[in-house]
Amino acid sequence: MNLAIIKYNAGNIQSVLTALERLGVNAEVTDDAEKIKTADKVIFPGVGEASSAMKSLQHTNLDKVIKELKQPVLGICVGMQLLCEYSEENDTTCLGIVPVKVQKFSAQRSTLKVPQVGWNTIYELRSDLFNDIQENSYIYNVHSYFAEDSEYTIAKCDYGLEYAAAVNKDNFYGVQFHTEKSAGIGDRIIQNFLNL
Amino acid sequence: MLAKRIIPCLDIKDGRTVKGTNFVNLRDAGDPVELAANYAQQGADELVFLDITATVERRKTLAELVKRVAHTINIPFTVGGGIKTVDDVSVLLNNGADKISINTAAYNNPDVITDIANTAGSQCVVLAIDTKKEEDGEWYVYLHGGRTKTETKCFDWAKRAVDLGAGEILLTSMNHDGTKAGFALDITKQLSENLPIPVIASGGGGKMEHFADVFLQAHADAALAASVFHFKEIEIPELKHFLQQRNLAIRI
Repeated sequence: MNLAIIKYNAGNIQSVLTALERLGVNAEVTDDAEKIKTADKVIFPGVGEASSAMKSLQHTNLDKVIKELKQPVLGICVGMQLLCEYSEENDTTCLGIVPVKVQKFSAQRSTLKVPQVGWNTIYELRSDLFNDIQENSYIYNVHSYFAEDSEYTIAKCDYGLEYAAAVNKDNFYGVQFHTEKSAGIGDRIIQNFLNL
Repeated sequence: MLAKRIIPCLDIKDGRTVKGTNFVNLRDAGDPVELAANYAQQGADELVFLDITATVERRKTLAELVKRVAHTINIPFTVGGGIKTVDDVSVLLNNGADKISINTAAYNNPDVITDIANTAGSQCVVLAIDTKKEEDGEWYVYLHGGRTKTETKCFDWAKRAVDLGAGEILLTSMNHDGTKAGFALDITKQLSENLPIPVIASGGGGKMEHFADVFLQAHADAALAASVFHFKEIEIPELKHFLQQRNLAIRI
């Protein structure tokens, strides 16, 4: 399989590549539009800040490339948030592929610590991405922003409020949690994505 | 519900685990990668590697170790020991570490916390504080692995570190470390309840009950221990079942 990991100005790309290598899957980290367009599957990772990540994508025209992709695409963490319409993080217009808003955990919305760091459970799973994954499985999270629950939600999580732990629209999938660091459950979700 | 985390800590010297270990099923108890994989298998939620190597070659050795760990385990891990600059951090993150832990260097140069947070994100900055309760009843910050006392109070430094961009606090009580008599509940509680970021309690965990106490009474977000896990005085699966029975959110 020809697997591309989108290279741009965001952290955590290495750990996604490492996770794939651990699973015996070869992938290429690239910002080459042709390679991304012709890949069988595309992973869109990210840790960092939304507006600078968007600027980095626009600078290399990858924003347009991503929107036109037809093969399965998996956004992880900030990668998922960038697939959405808008992020409160520095008032950022995102790619607008999944029409939901990304909001910040705050004292008004939740009394818990921000960022959410650690293992939490996902439920109401409804996607092939979660084949053989049990309801209320634990996954690893590190984030201050969340995508609101909507018709595109394919998994929910609760951190003081209910939010979309995963989204799907057409060929685009996004997971808020770090599937590459979520033990056997995470490995299985990556495998499910590769099997789509 | 967000789960309370159980974190084994491995002390590393020249790429090997130091302090004794008592893992009967391991071929080589000194190999940190094998130990790490074993802990991940048992249900550890995260791991911390603390490098105490003093040689000039240490950075290269550590980077190689981090790379091997990252290719073996599928849970997050933190690397600490001797980290001073953003460049030190980049090498470790590029080799697959998820977070770094910084202690004395951050106290001596607090701006480095902000620099690391700005380049790699707050989520990867774990500020380690070694603290000791003095006769005046106050908790003070100690540096250089507990050898140098400062006049700074633990809570003041922790609060400042949060403002500078630290993402988590790893709090070790020198009064409790090695005693197996329980964690420092008072200072852990003060930090946990008053800081907006997670607090990892360390030092003194000797019985399963101590872990329940630090979560239920001191509201720690995570608890770290070393030798009680290495010597199998506490088994992680048993500990997690025990904590779950105490109605704590625990990843089993």
